[in-house]
Amino acid sequence: MKSLKEMADNFSARVLTRDVRIMEVCGTHTTEFFRTGVKDIFPERLYLVDGPGCPVCVTQNEYLDRAIEIGKVHGVVIATFGDMIKVPSSYSSLGREKAEGMRVEVVYSPVDAVDIAAENPGIQVMFLSVGFETTAPAEAIAVQNAKERGVANFSILCGNKVTVPAVRALLDAKEVNIDGFILPGHVSAIIGVNAWRFIADEYGKPCVVVGFENHDLVKGTQMLLDLIESGEPAILNEYTRVVRDQGNLKAQEIMRDVFRVVDTEWRGIGTIPGSGLVLKDEFAEFDALKKFPVTPPPPREHPGCRCGDLLRGLIIPTDCPLFGKACTPERAVGPCMVSTEGPCSAYYKYGRK
Amino acid sequence: MMEDKILPGHGSGGKLMNEMIETLIRETLGRENVQLDDAAILNVGTGRIAFTTDSFTVSPVVFPGGTIGSLAVNGTVNDLAVMGARPLYLSCALILEESLEIALLKDILVSMRKAADYAGVKIVTGDTKVVQKGKGDKIFINTAGIGILDGDVERRPIEGGDAVIINGYIGDHGIAVMAERNRLSFSRGLVSDCAPLNHLIGRVSRDFPGSIKFMRDPTRGGVASVLNEVVKGREFGIKLVEGALPIHGEVRGVSEMLGIDPLYAANEGKVLMIVGRAEAEKIVKVMKEVPEGAYSRIIGEVGPDHPGKAYLETAIGGRRILPLLTEEQLPRIC
Repeated sequence: MKSLKEMADNFSARVLTRDVRIMEVCGTHTTEFFRTGVKDIFPERLYLVDGPGCPVCVTQNEYLDRAIEIGKVHGVVIATFGDMIKVPSSYSSLGREKAEGMRVEVVYSPVDAVDIAAENPGIQVMFLSVGFETTAPAEAIAVQNAKERGVANFSILCGNKVTVPAVRALLDAKEVNIDGFILPGHVSAIIGVNAWRFIADEYGKPCVVVGFENHDLVKGTQMLLDLIESGEPAILNEYTRVVRDQGNLKAQEIMRDVFRVVDTEWRGIGTIPGSGLVLKDEFAEFDALKKFPVTPPPPREHPGCRCGDLLRGLIIPTDCPLFGKACTPERAVGPCMVSTEGPCSAYYKYGRK
Repeated sequence: MMEDKILPGHGSGGKLMNEMIETLIRETLGRENVQLDDAAILNVGTGRIAFTTDSFTVSPVVFPGGTIGSLAVNGTVNDLAVMGARPLYLSCALILEESLEIALLKDILVSMRKAADYAGVKIVTGDTKVVQKGKGDKIFINTAGIGILDGDVERRPIEGGDAVIINGYIGDHGIAVMAERNRLSFSRGLVSDCAPLNHLIGRVSRDFPGSIKFMRDPTRGGVASVLNEVVKGREFGIKLVEGALPIHGEVRGVSEMLGIDPLYAANEGKVLMIVGRAEAEKIVKVMKEVPEGAYSRIIGEVGPDHPGKAYLETAIGGRRILPLLTEEQLPRIC
């Protein structure tokens, strides 16, 4: 086992004969590459392109507009992960609505929202179910849990998305020139390495499933560079202590029990077939979409915001004219500056020298 | 101010709050009078005093390692101590919500008394108000404090090579309160560091007069926010060494779950000092002899790189800037 310092020195000194562009699909990787300082010791000519891997960032305005409208019209309590509070919707944000008197509760687990509903039978509690395969099982469990306990005043507003079709859509669009992919560790723990094989088999791009510690990032990136240099389109797993080829079959089963797959819209990318999750009919009583009909105002994008281009890997945050000027974490224009996993937030917080 | 309504971020100790203090509060109340430090230094008769006030709204009001009462005493004692003053007298103003249990109020007052006795200060005056149920959150406390400046408070300028010292583990209070608030079942072993700093600071000041070039208690906004204050607009930067940072395993674990960097989490019994390199080791040795300094260590240094910024040298050898926090996700930690 090499020492961390030795690993880092070898990585930093690696000589690349051409520019190499790799994409990290996962928002946590975006942040961790900065936070651990690994991005700071990248070898010359290696470039990291941010992918669509931040669930908050790819959530379209219409979703938040609807959530806020439901809160206003039906007087429900909105329970959400903290990330969503400051994300701008078309006309407002949950934080602003909270300041205006809407009840918005930050929870750390969807089951906490079920508890709030159970403890307060007189109010309706709606959980904003946003996230990828990493959070979907927990959200599915919350719905099952509400059903078992008979908590009729709990519901979720489904905004869940799955990552594989999004990566496929990016590859099909051929807009971005990517040499290889750093694949998400947490998502892969659920869906397994096999779910990603198509990237190598069908598109001829090498990829590596990578963990989140600093040694994971260095080792995983080295493995990917080796594959790129050998010209071998293969998939490797650096995160073997957590990720299996088959993934977590139990979690996949829970997701299948509660959700069904639909086409859904991604910010900046458009509608991607088979990339969204909604509640199955047998859980309709917990489906906020059905339970609380509203007509949200027509969604609008903020002028000048380039989050969409960023999420397609076309630009990096500092290319956006609003970055750090009109758009900062305390007064964000786009979601990529708000979410803890957003690329702009990572660049703003850690990337400025 | 750009906002037309108060947001949680206006009380976070970060950018929004600083903007509000500058453009609204000082502007209106009189920039020439309102001092920005933890306490105001005032000439009274032939001597000088430090005068401060602080309000406490923490929820829950009892948490592992303290209560809103002990926090109010120690917080105010520490605001005086880091200004180089010897804390003497406190006030205690209580805003009580209708239906608060008297037994809980008594517990809070007992913890205030104990904290005051340990810190060697007297609570000499106060006030009580009761608000309707639903108009408060059990209890809010305001404590003002007076301390005396015995010696010279002129501090030598910070220069390259100076050492950054902290008197122990980082982020304990903020993370312990967060864990308690959120009923996080894995939070056992997380305890607030709520403690007075006047004994520790007094000892260093006595044994090494004039050696402390800067000190501040990193409460809201944590260690990183204080360091940002030090480097703002200066010719030097401050480097923290990741491997040298004392952070409890539980704090690290919960921080990761909550997505909070311990360097930005609140402390209530910590002081950050900047001292000359030559004396740093000796000062740490003396600090370790005081209970509140048992785990003191050097965590970084002042240098020419990244002027005007605080940064972290990570375990992998990369560098990461520690910017001024914009808004805390932590609701009411003090």
